[in-house]
Amino acid sequence: MSIAAERRTKRRLGGTGGGKGEGRFALALLLPAGIVVFGVVLYPVLRTLVISFFNVNSPMPGSYPFVGLSNYTKVFNDSTFYSVLGHTMYFTLVSTFAELSLGIAVALLLNSPLKFRWFWRSLVVLPWALPTIVNGALWRWIYNSQYGALNGLLDSLGISHTAHQWLGSPLLALNMVILADVWKNTSIVVFFILAGLQTIPEDLYEAARIDGSGAWQTFRRITLPLLAPSIAVVLVLRTIEAFKVFDIIYVMTGGGPASGTQTVAFYTYLQAFSNQLFGYGAALAYLIVLAVFALSTLYLRILKQGQMAGVE
Amino acid sequence: MSDESKAIPEIFTANRSRRQFLAISGSAGLVAFLAACGVSSGGSSSASGGSGGGKGNIRALFMKQAGYSEENIHAMTAAFQKANPGITVVADFVSYEALHDKTVAAAPAGTYDVVLIDVIWPAEFGLKKIVSDVSSRWPSSWKEQMLGGAVATPMYDGKFYGVPWILDTKYFFYNKAHLTKANIDPAQLDTWDGVMKAARSLKSSGVTKYPLIWSWQQAEALICDYTQLLGAFGGQFLDASGAPAFNQAGGVAALEFMHQSIVDGLSNPASTQSLEEDVRHVFSAGQASMALNWTYMYGLANDPKESQISGNVEVLQTPAGPTGRPGVNGSMALALAAESKNQDAAWQYITYLTSQPVQNQYALSSLPVWKTSYDDPAVVKTNPAVVPQAKKELGDLILRPQVENYNAMSQVLQAEIQKALLGQKSAQKALDDAASKASALLKP
Repeated sequence: MSIAAERRTKRRLGGTGGGKGEGRFALALLLPAGIVVFGVVLYPVLRTLVISFFNVNSPMPGSYPFVGLSNYTKVFNDSTFYSVLGHTMYFTLVSTFAELSLGIAVALLLNSPLKFRWFWRSLVVLPWALPTIVNGALWRWIYNSQYGALNGLLDSLGISHTAHQWLGSPLLALNMVILADVWKNTSIVVFFILAGLQTIPEDLYEAARIDGSGAWQTFRRITLPLLAPSIAVVLVLRTIEAFKVFDIIYVMTGGGPASGTQTVAFYTYLQAFSNQLFGYGAALAYLIVLAVFALSTLYLRILKQGQMAGVE
Repeated sequence: MSDESKAIPEIFTANRSRRQFLAISGSAGLVAFLAACGVSSGGSSSASGGSGGGKGNIRALFMKQAGYSEENIHAMTAAFQKANPGITVVADFVSYEALHDKTVAAAPAGTYDVVLIDVIWPAEFGLKKIVSDVSSRWPSSWKEQMLGGAVATPMYDGKFYGVPWILDTKYFFYNKAHLTKANIDPAQLDTWDGVMKAARSLKSSGVTKYPLIWSWQQAEALICDYTQLLGAFGGQFLDASGAPAFNQAGGVAALEFMHQSIVDGLSNPASTQSLEEDVRHVFSAGQASMALNWTYMYGLANDPKESQISGNVEVLQTPAGPTGRPGVNGSMALALAAESKNQDAAWQYITYLTSQPVQNQYALSSLPVWKTSYDDPAVVKTNPAVVPQAKKELGDLILRPQVENYNAMSQVLQAEIQKALLGQKSAQKALDDAASKASALLKP
């Protein structure tokens, strides 16, 4: 029997290793998961795409006019969109950079032979275990100018006796929200990097020591390149999450003061639910998806190029 | 026949590999799916709710802040269920800030039978058929028996979209111990000029660093405070043609007054991050001497479990400005969700909660919508400080614009007012910018 004929026979039998019945059984097992994925992921995603082409201005069923791409063009003519995009980019860049830098530093520390290392590692996971809404409420209290812990701490340490308005001006408020986000999300970076550190063979460090390389050189020449895959994963994850930031803003500032902490996701929510411009909100949501996809692709390309350059 | 027209059938006729065939059929399926779920074809625009049998389970959505407390509503509901054994009520509570969006998100599924709606929503919810027009259920006698501000609350374009339940406006609260300490006569607080003079005395005598606290966070609470001052300074939101007019004399003067009070250190700068509950906490902690807030603050600020200044809280009608002293209409109504399948039972629940005896019983949390309640000694006894002020203030209330896009307009105004409060723009420039954006939103 020729190879092509053998393949045809195998295909007819429903696979390479099993019979037709086995294939059907596998399909039956996968079907419930497929239905769930379609229902809760694919259908809403496609439905949102459809809505973005219509002028839907109510949650109720009804006839809404088809407007083609006008919701998308409206986004690009909306001056508020550019303002919230600026806040989002700032939030994404600063929070991701801070979380990554801190995360690598803490992971290196937790990878070193510390006393009670298990305890420190458990402690680091705590902020991440906290729901974002709770984290937001917690930091809102901490920053409260009248009875907040931060002003209380500064006062008791004798550093400042002023009731600082931590959420009182747009840029400061955005930075304070970033701090709250960094406090929570550095944990996940630590765990990814820690996992990456444990895959680096100890002999490489021994060889570096024998060759007389210093700590910084060892970090730059061995640790960092070998951590690149872990950094890539965590960078993509954190960028996507930061770009979509909504809940911590909703709880801590409500987008204020003077709209200074409004992000694209928050603005999308306002347009879709508070203003009932579902078509416009859907277009904004799709633009977030496209932006996140573009960012992730860019990161992965850069890291891949870096890795290849490292190999060469 | 052109080349293009030839090419189309070739897709189906040419010999294709199995992978190509799957790709083509998958794409066709996706296109068919997208076409099928087009939003222009399904459903009808009319509400599909039902009257039900006047019995069964109903679900209601309330807010958990100003007005009746969660405990009040649970107690009212328990009494209703006892009187109506065939009806079971589940009450859900969200913050005011989440109430609108939760109502919108839950509307198509008919999750709620009864929803609490703010005075600014009947136009939006009525036109979008999120709540039912209950004009036919409204006894005409209620129009006479209820106060004017209450009747206006659930009304839009001559139709009723609910029954008024929380009749409220912002009153002026002060800490009498603080005023005594600074030798201030409370009669001085009758005008906004007098309030500022008192604030200067309180500050200079060191009683409070920031004598005034307001709810000026970027939220609807900011618009409520601004409305009250807009009225006092002779401004208006919209002119007779429906165009924005808040950027004219009275509206600008009100905002300049607000900004100046921060610049002078009389208003707590934390006001721009505060909602009504923050105002209550700061005032109840004795960190402010004067505040504007809803009725509910009187009871809680005088409750020793909730406040450090109980016994020292006094309430007044809102101070007068150059053109008067109207209060913001901050009332709310109970509405029938349009998709409710049990509207008769829901209506029974609404009429029970809004009935005069029930409202009279809980007058400490929220004053009744019924005119005769204010002469009822039992009601006066429940809230002897607020009722006399309410009798004066509730007769002169300002409505915020009753327009379908109110929320979008309010968001624009909130952002621009905050820019002026933070000194990023002059009051005139901020309100001009807001008016320009609001004009686009108000176009039909």
